[in-house]
Amino acid sequence: MARIVAGVATSHVPAIGAAIDNKRTHEPYWEPVFKGYEPSKRWIAELKPDVVILVYNDHASAFSLELIPTFALGCAAEFPPADEGWGPRPVPTVKGHPELAWHLAQSLILDEFDITIVNRMAVDHGLTVPMSLMFGEPDAWPVNVVPLAVNVVQFPPPTGNRCYNLGKAIRKGVESFGQDLTVVIFGTGGMSHQLQGPRAGLINRAFDQRFLDGLTSDPLGLTRLPHVEYLREAGSEGVEMVMWLIMRGALDDQVEEVHRFYHVPASNTAVGHIILQNTPAVPA
Amino acid sequence: MSNPGEATYDDIPGTTVFDARRSRQGYWLNQFCMSLMQADQRAAFKADEAGYLDRFPMTPEQKQAVLDRDWNRMLEVGGNIYFTAKLAATDGLSFQQIAAAMTGMSQQEYAEMMLRGGRSPEGNRYTAEWEGTTHG
Repeated sequence: MARIVAGVATSHVPAIGAAIDNKRTHEPYWEPVFKGYEPSKRWIAELKPDVVILVYNDHASAFSLELIPTFALGCAAEFPPADEGWGPRPVPTVKGHPELAWHLAQSLILDEFDITIVNRMAVDHGLTVPMSLMFGEPDAWPVNVVPLAVNVVQFPPPTGNRCYNLGKAIRKGVESFGQDLTVVIFGTGGMSHQLQGPRAGLINRAFDQRFLDGLTSDPLGLTRLPHVEYLREAGSEGVEMVMWLIMRGALDDQVEEVHRFYHVPASNTAVGHIILQNTPAVPA
Repeated sequence: MSNPGEATYDDIPGTTVFDARRSRQGYWLNQFCMSLMQADQRAAFKADEAGYLDRFPMTPEQKQAVLDRDWNRMLEVGGNIYFTAKLAATDGLSFQQIAAAMTGMSQQEYAEMMLRGGRSPEGNRYTAEWEGTTHG
């Protein structure tokens, strides 16, 4: 059967993608950010997952205000990088896993998570920056990807509790899939940041640290955070962190924290990253 | 219009939450911004900004905010930051440049604030904390 062995949370700041694409990763401003991901790249290269379920949000690239799905599951064979106004990122086309994705769609809907099925979707920095951070700059991505786009642009996004429970349902769906696959789930976005209005630039290190701690050891506590607390404490765009709870819900209650990294700033944003692993990591 | 969340976040200073009210108000403003994803549309907009805006059923206030590049005003009249950022990209501005503009700081002041760890949440959680002080 397929099995989720680990979860990765990471920010998906667009400027990180631009730094990679413009060969600026060794500049003093960016070097500490990329250094924080070096152990992660080694970890995932060693783990060699077959599939990544990548939870992210679209930033008005694939979805305008015409259609705003709360949870949209990418079931296509491939997903091209989106043109976000300055040409698509020069990264490989993302290969899907239609069999697993369709299986998940059916499993989730019958499990009463009424997700949207997407057969055509360009993927923006929300998805491609985490891929670059974890896999570097290969000619082709070494994994298949099942994208799960979550609405966090139009208020209200789904609650943290709903996200956590969706994670649990995703796990159930993965474990009922017939093929032997090693799956890692990514939760992306955050951490604290506000991109708009006179309060832009807000960063809340204490909130972020509590969130990272809670993600490892008290995820249920985090599921009780109301939206307004994210908005007030972590900035209007900090609410993206509900997506990390989908990842967390898909893991065991008790997990091993493999790696953690936190850095301020990347452009307007606090970069947070954590790797959590079920035990044993690879089933015997 | 009923909005169950209204009371809970309207007291966050300097912050416009893109909720149902604003989404309805700003639909065409945001769809205008979305049109700038295509190169030919960007060129048409740049060639005749006012004429291009007239293709969309936007309010005069929304059109003026776009023409003035008043980034905060665009949010007040229903714009969403991820959409207005497309207008910024059309102008060749970075996200950090418009963020700085919205805070009333120079880009350099804003970038330095971020390097120092960003804007603290202290004194920036409630509108009451901003009364009598200058922001934005």
